[in-house]
Amino acid sequence: MFAETEEFAARLEAMDELEREAAYEAVMRWFAENSEKITHHAHLAPAHTATTVRLDGGGPVVTDGPFVEGKEVVSGYAEVEVADLDEALKLARSWPACPVVEIRPIA
Amino acid sequence: MSGPDDDRGSREALARVVREHAGRLAACLVSLLDDFSAAEDLVQDAVETALRRWPVEGVPERPDAWLLTVARRRGLDVLRRETNYRAKLARLRWPEPGKADDRLRLIFTCCHPALSPEARIALTLRVVCGLGTAQIAAAFVVPETTVAQRITRAKRKIAVAGIPYRIPAPDELPERLGAVLAVVYLLFNEGYLSSTGDRAEARDLAGDAEWLAALLAGLMPGEPEVAGLLALIRLHRARGAARFDSGGRLVPLSEQDRTLWDHAAIAEATAALTRAARAHRRPGPYQLQAAIVACHAEAAGFEQTDWAQILVLYDMLLAVAPSPVTRLHRAVALRYVKGPAAALAELTGLEETLSRYPLLHATRAELLRALGDTDQARLSDERALGLTANPAQQALLHRRLDPAHGDVRYG
Repeated sequence: MFAETEEFAARLEAMDELEREAAYEAVMRWFAENSEKITHHAHLAPAHTATTVRLDGGGPVVTDGPFVEGKEVVSGYAEVEVADLDEALKLARSWPACPVVEIRPIA
Repeated sequence: MSGPDDDRGSREALARVVREHAGRLAACLVSLLDDFSAAEDLVQDAVETALRRWPVEGVPERPDAWLLTVARRRGLDVLRRETNYRAKLARLRWPEPGKADDRLRLIFTCCHPALSPEARIALTLRVVCGLGTAQIAAAFVVPETTVAQRITRAKRKIAVAGIPYRIPAPDELPERLGAVLAVVYLLFNEGYLSSTGDRAEARDLAGDAEWLAALLAGLMPGEPEVAGLLALIRLHRARGAARFDSGGRLVPLSEQDRTLWDHAAIAEATAALTRAARAHRRPGPYQLQAAIVACHAEAAGFEQTDWAQILVLYDMLLAVAPSPVTRLHRAVALRYVKGPAAALAELTGLEETLSRYPLLHATRAELLRALGDTDQARLSDERALGLTANPAQQALLHRRLDPAHGDVRYG
């Protein structure tokens, strides 16, 4: 799971066309280099487009925004097929974009 | 004759026997079953049985074979439905002649950075050192259920998240070895700082830490930081007899009776440290800390301490591992090189980060007292007293705050 921070978003915002292109290219290269291990992946639209439904109250409550308002927001995910956690960690370490990656096994 | 000391002695002897064999058996079973959790359960069961029965029946002639038999019988019993495990267990021979010591893999799995620090310590103690859950709980003064829960969770994570059972690849090794050494060092600190005087039943964790460091040094002879950590632990322990007086009170370094130090052990540890440093020329934080302790240990008296050399070593240590606590210790060395005023100036920059750290205030008190400002010194000592939970440190501060006593330094 990829998570963006406010800082990262600001940095991305401040980039000029060329820099942004290079950043996207690095991401594309990462996906290409690891394509054998990646079963599928998705990039999510920004957090301001999120809508949350809470079912734990009296009835469903629909609110605007992500389920946790925080400085770090999930921005995408990739499902990978690896032998063990160390291999997953190696992949995560080489991720060239947003600064937080959470690794979770699929149950 | 049998008194509490005898009981304690025999308990420790028993624990030592278990420690020599439990980790090896665990390593062997994890490889065989390819199931960390199941293997660990079997070994733990055998350990608990041994700790219960050996004090009554005596230690068997072949403790390793005894543990294996109990673990296997238990395995055949609880893993009844797993025919695949049963077949493997039935074939098990141990110790396997000519087989390399597999415990290193075990240690790296237990100290994986994906586990919480508490879980790493508890797992290492249980799986590698063969401690029972109750012993771990007693050592850390936490409820047994807490320790059991930590271990259960950690084992589940190992299985579900796929934490591997192997020695990390060379490119991962420095970082992962760092995590292993940190566990051993934390364990040592926990055992070394607590006075065992009022906890007679407590396990000697510093002894377990030394044993683990020696095991690692034997298994990884090419790693100077492992040698450094072992030397550091041995140098500290060599001075153990002088650290507490007959009343169980902490004796400051400046007042310790140096004839009580184990000078043969100090010489041996210092020689090992020098060998590692010369062979690799890669000074890391553990080698540097050990070198600092060696400077103290080799000084004939407090007045003969080579503070200039210690200051150089602290500067090197800060270069490889910057930390506010190290800066605080460096300030103490600075006091004896450049005087208390210079040292006090150093503390000013640390106030914010270390405001809850008792040693900062105790050090400030000493420096203020050396500069003649007894009122401010008193306030700082009181501040330190309010922040420490360690009874030996509390007693020392009380003595210092008692006007009948002169200046006593923190050990």
